[in-house]
Amino acid sequence: MIKIIRNFARRIFAGVFKKKGEIKLGFYGSPNAGKTSLANRICQDWLGEDLGSVSRMPHETREIQIKEKVILERDGKKIEFKLIDTPGVATRIDFEDFMKFGLKRKAAQERAKEATQGIIASIKWLDDMDAVIVLIDSTINPYSQVNITILGNLAARNIPVLVVANKIDLKKSDIKKVRGAFPEYDVVGISAKNGDNMEEFYEELFKLVKKV
Amino acid sequence: MVKKKSVKRRIKKPSKKDLTIHFMPYSAISHEDAIGRIKKIMGLILKNKIIILQGKLKPDEEVRLIENSMTLIGNIQGFQGIEIAGLNGENENRSLFEGVRRNIAKILIGEQDAITVIGPASVVKEMTKDPKKVELMLARK
Repeated sequence: MIKIIRNFARRIFAGVFKKKGEIKLGFYGSPNAGKTSLANRICQDWLGEDLGSVSRMPHETREIQIKEKVILERDGKKIEFKLIDTPGVATRIDFEDFMKFGLKRKAAQERAKEATQGIIASIKWLDDMDAVIVLIDSTINPYSQVNITILGNLAARNIPVLVVANKIDLKKSDIKKVRGAFPEYDVVGISAKNGDNMEEFYEELFKLVKKV
Repeated sequence: MVKKKSVKRRIKKPSKKDLTIHFMPYSAISHEDAIGRIKKIMGLILKNKIIILQGKLKPDEEVRLIENSMTLIGNIQGFQGIEIAGLNGENENRSLFEGVRRNIAKILIGEQDAITVIGPASVVKEMTKDPKKVELMLARK
């Protein structure tokens, strides 16, 4: 409760003194939901460069990655973002899972250790976001507790959220299921990899910014 | 120079014989603060028990539980984290009056009409959830 009050006070204080237009936009979700792919897509669209590396192996992003001064423009309005790509949040880490991707035991153990530290960092950063995009892999069951926990914590902190159902280019994608799981949120379907439906995404992003 | 031997806590290797399901009534945690609740839950998880909790944790408690279990991975041998899923007791067809009544009850006595299942990841291989059920797939070791 104290944390929530402190965060509320910090947000009011920051709101008064922060540089107009600078918005800390966080990317949250389970591992391999496509957080870095979307952050890269935005950076490519507006800066012409990537933010981080992507991989099929889970927990590729194990540290917070930041790209500052990303300026997006729409209908003559410019907004400056600080993009904060966070490591995927999970409730379990088994180093043997990484060995299935060809890593040696020691490297897998090291990756697992880094992944746990990454998850802790992601959680700590929750308090510092102005707005958050929660990425959900639309090809798998959206009712994961990680998604529910992230959304619950953002709601408790009064941080505006846009739910993005990623991987709509894949056959197994079911955006209706994502919308059904989170009826109280705006959900936009995209393919971060192919850049599908990014126009609608940017439109929703600008709507999200108005809530900050 | 004598090499210092690192001492790590171990959790018992799970076997079929060890599988214990612990039903926890809401009254067991209602008087505890967030730290006390997490301590209680983690204590049972480290004994390889699957907990069926009456009610649900607050979002902040859930995130602290994840944080706590991440800290233990690598420090307690055999511990791989947790699996967690919650089912709400909410009924979409309830009347406005019923909704208000339930919300007042939630504020006064906590959210008791929900169930939360929490298990150690070394025992629960996978937990799948949809709005009406939670399924546990146990690890065979």
